[in-house]
Amino acid sequence: MTLDWESATPLASLLGGGLIGLSAALLVVANGKVAGISGILAGLLQRLDQRNAWRLAFLLGLLFAPIAYEVLWGMPEIVVTTDKGLLISAGILVGFGTRLGNGCTSGHGVCGIARLSLRSIAATAVFMTTAMLTVGIGRWV
Amino acid sequence: MPLMTALVAGFLFGLGLIVSGMVNPQKVLAFLDVAGRWDPSLAFVMLGAIPVAAFGFFRMRLRQRTFLGQEVHIPEPGLIDARLLIGAGLFGIGWGMVGYCPGPALAGVGAGSASAVVFVGAMVVGMCFYRFLDSLFPGK
Repeated sequence: MTLDWESATPLASLLGGGLIGLSAALLVVANGKVAGISGILAGLLQRLDQRNAWRLAFLLGLLFAPIAYEVLWGMPEIVVTTDKGLLISAGILVGFGTRLGNGCTSGHGVCGIARLSLRSIAATAVFMTTAMLTVGIGRWV
Repeated sequence: MPLMTALVAGFLFGLGLIVSGMVNPQKVLAFLDVAGRWDPSLAFVMLGAIPVAAFGFFRMRLRQRTFLGQEVHIPEPGLIDARLLIGAGLFGIGWGMVGYCPGPALAGVGAGSASAVVFVGAMVVGMCFYRFLDSLFPGK
């Protein structure tokens, strides 16, 4: 392992993380809900009614952020594979896995650890490990 | 009013993903690539996010309703079971394949990335497939 301090952005990432934490804090203090993106999306897929309107509002805010950022400051470059097979299989695994495991990086990784949930700490340890293994294996194939 | 705060929370979340660099899957993969040139930035995101979120959860831990009169829904402590571990494991594999987890993928859709649209479409299919399987085994 070599530490890539040239690409690292500790201050911007700390600040951006603070904004994500602020988002989670606002959602629980005002709406009484956990800011877990996979759960918010899945709940919206189940039914679209008044009780779920907050989920739609949250997702609209999330979708609008890059648009506003682009207009104000210009979006940073997004580098992502265009391999459709890879995108589709990864997307299905993420969708299925986050439902079976009840959360993703936000619900378990941020909110769950923040409220010291043992389930979330275990889930985060597992998905970090399998993600790192996947990247590691990907380097050899 | 609750819709307004949810909208603002979503916007702040998206802003945080952009400012932190996490909208870029390449940067996420660089964090996951511990055997290569490791970019620790994602750890700083967690370090910035968790204490601020913890403050919110700590404030609400004993309350039934928020100042907007909304019911507080915080999951009760539960068992670490096979579903949790297998689900998290599968999620991690998908995350490591392209560097997208649900938040950044949705922000990518907002940014107009065609790859993000394909990924989110597949993610929705995966979620629906889970619901279908779950409905086959209602007792579980």
